[in-house]
Amino acid sequence: MSFKIIVLAKQVPDTRNVGKDAMKSDGTVNRAVLPAIFNPEDLNALEFALRIKDQREDVEITILTMGPPRAAEIIRESMYRGADKGILITDRKFAGSDTLATSYAISLAIQKIKDYDLVLAGRQAIDGDTAQVGPQVAEKLNIPQITYAEEFLGFNKGNIQIKRRLEQGVEVLESASPVLVTVHSSAYPCRVRNAMRVMKYKYAKTDIELQELNEDYIELFESRPYLKIQQWSVDDLKADISLLGLSGSPTKVKKIESVVFTQKESKTIQGSDAEINKLMKSLISSHVLG
Amino acid sequence: MKKNVFVYCEISEEGHIADVSLELCSKGYKLAKELKVKLVTVVIGANLKNVQNELAPYGVDFIYTAEDKNLFPYLNLPHSNIVSKLIKETEADIVLFGATSIGRDLAPRVASTLRCGLTADCTSLEIGDHYVKKTDTTYKNLLYQIRPAFGGNIVATIINPDMHPQMATVREGVMKKEGVKSKKLPEVISLDVKKYVDDIDFAVKIIERHIEAKKINIKAAQIIVSGGYGVGSKENFDLLYELADVLGAEVGASRAAVDSGFAEHERQVGQTGVTVRPKLYIACGISGAVQHTAGMDQSAQIISINTDAEAPIKNIADYNIVGSVEDIIPKMIKYYRQNSK
Repeated sequence: MSFKIIVLAKQVPDTRNVGKDAMKSDGTVNRAVLPAIFNPEDLNALEFALRIKDQREDVEITILTMGPPRAAEIIRESMYRGADKGILITDRKFAGSDTLATSYAISLAIQKIKDYDLVLAGRQAIDGDTAQVGPQVAEKLNIPQITYAEEFLGFNKGNIQIKRRLEQGVEVLESASPVLVTVHSSAYPCRVRNAMRVMKYKYAKTDIELQELNEDYIELFESRPYLKIQQWSVDDLKADISLLGLSGSPTKVKKIESVVFTQKESKTIQGSDAEINKLMKSLISSHVLG
Repeated sequence: MKKNVFVYCEISEEGHIADVSLELCSKGYKLAKELKVKLVTVVIGANLKNVQNELAPYGVDFIYTAEDKNLFPYLNLPHSNIVSKLIKETEADIVLFGATSIGRDLAPRVASTLRCGLTADCTSLEIGDHYVKKTDTTYKNLLYQIRPAFGGNIVATIINPDMHPQMATVREGVMKKEGVKSKKLPEVISLDVKKYVDDIDFAVKIIERHIEAKKINIKAAQIIVSGGYGVGSKENFDLLYELADVLGAEVGASRAAVDSGFAEHERQVGQTGVTVRPKLYIACGISGAVQHTAGMDQSAQIISINTDAEAPIKNIADYNIVGSVEDIIPKMIKYYRQNSK
């Protein structure tokens, strides 16, 4: 008997390092200039899976991601750190999906994988901060969910025990399998790449990436099937198109404003002793301070 | 169609209706009044004797209660099943949840069950119309769900034209808790819990809980000294604590400062932290991303200390002090002491 874990991961634009050129003049986001990174809390989720794998030998970890072809980068990154295999869901027809349409697509992929005991995901992705896709996937799969996981405590008669972080403390929950667990940033940080694994998996490719390689590599792939990253389209998932993309998304963006602050009359001071003295005096006399 | 406004009322650890839920009822009352519909709430828990009195000041029309010893503490499946079924039964068109540990666990599950949209962490909710040129259709009285997105670099207005109900979560402190003058008590309707919840919904079990009362309460502070990434180090943050101590203030932080380990998460001000409205907000080394300013721009007075005179925070600050934290804060402490005696 083995224990199969699916880790949901997303490649996201690094919204924490947004420079001046990140916004186009029409107020939309210029994704091209933002570096694409492994969503931070998904790395916590990967580590969570690896900790379970450290404890028992029969664990298999599959990374599942949805995104453009280049999102295969985070699958390879996961393999370097300890994941066994990866699946990329990619199709132009997914474009414009909100969290509901996204969770539909991901849940179909998980159903296609069929055999799983645990689904792990980061609590939320930094490009949207919604924390919605995890619980919505759980609902679509009709399995229970445990959010904000911080620590894997072990198994009790086959049930998984998990400590979760709440606003006002912690809670230990126990659930049978399968269950979906979202992992909080306060959980263990992810281990670094393993050099042997980097050697082993650096040529792991999706079908799209394979097309760009020359014949020498094709031979390599025939002898090493673990280098193949599965790639699934809308057709592979037998998805109902009307539930995907813009048409499958209840939420629409009516308006986007890049940030414009309302101008307020303000005083600029250089911070000399006399100026600070005057400022503190005026704050005290107007009862803002004291 | 009744098209009511529906608020999920959370029970706090102390057994009362949570502040964030009362804030949402206050907002829900205004929305219901504008739309000429009813304000409906649901309260789920183990002991709900006082909910009618607790909700009476907020203009609630109907309170649905689901009372059972197994319904507190919160568990996802029992609560989401009750809420999903009740939203359908009451024909709610707008549904509001607190963006708390509970609300952010519950709302997406409910939205997925009902196949409707959900907008997280809204900073403003308004009623408005939407015109689609292609089909020449006007959607009347939609809920505009306004939130910063993309790390706070844009502000988006989200609508759900076709698939309803329209659902949103809102963080504590974003809406104002305001009572209304109303003579009538809300009507309480007690639900038959067995009709809403199955044994199988208790598949996830709570083994133990450690609840700590919140220690840091920056929301209640009249004066906040807040630091951003520009403070530079945890050591420099000590200067902020010194100033806060002298002024009787609390210390806040931006997300970048929390992410860098300069301050605890409980101190985070902004869209993904708490929203504050102190009488004075001193922003130290904070550039002024919307992510942060969404949580503090209602402060009565804002002082910014920043080495960059052009940082966007200058547009909302009353005083912009151009200088470093190490230089300015000791001067503020010195001259406050000199003048306050």
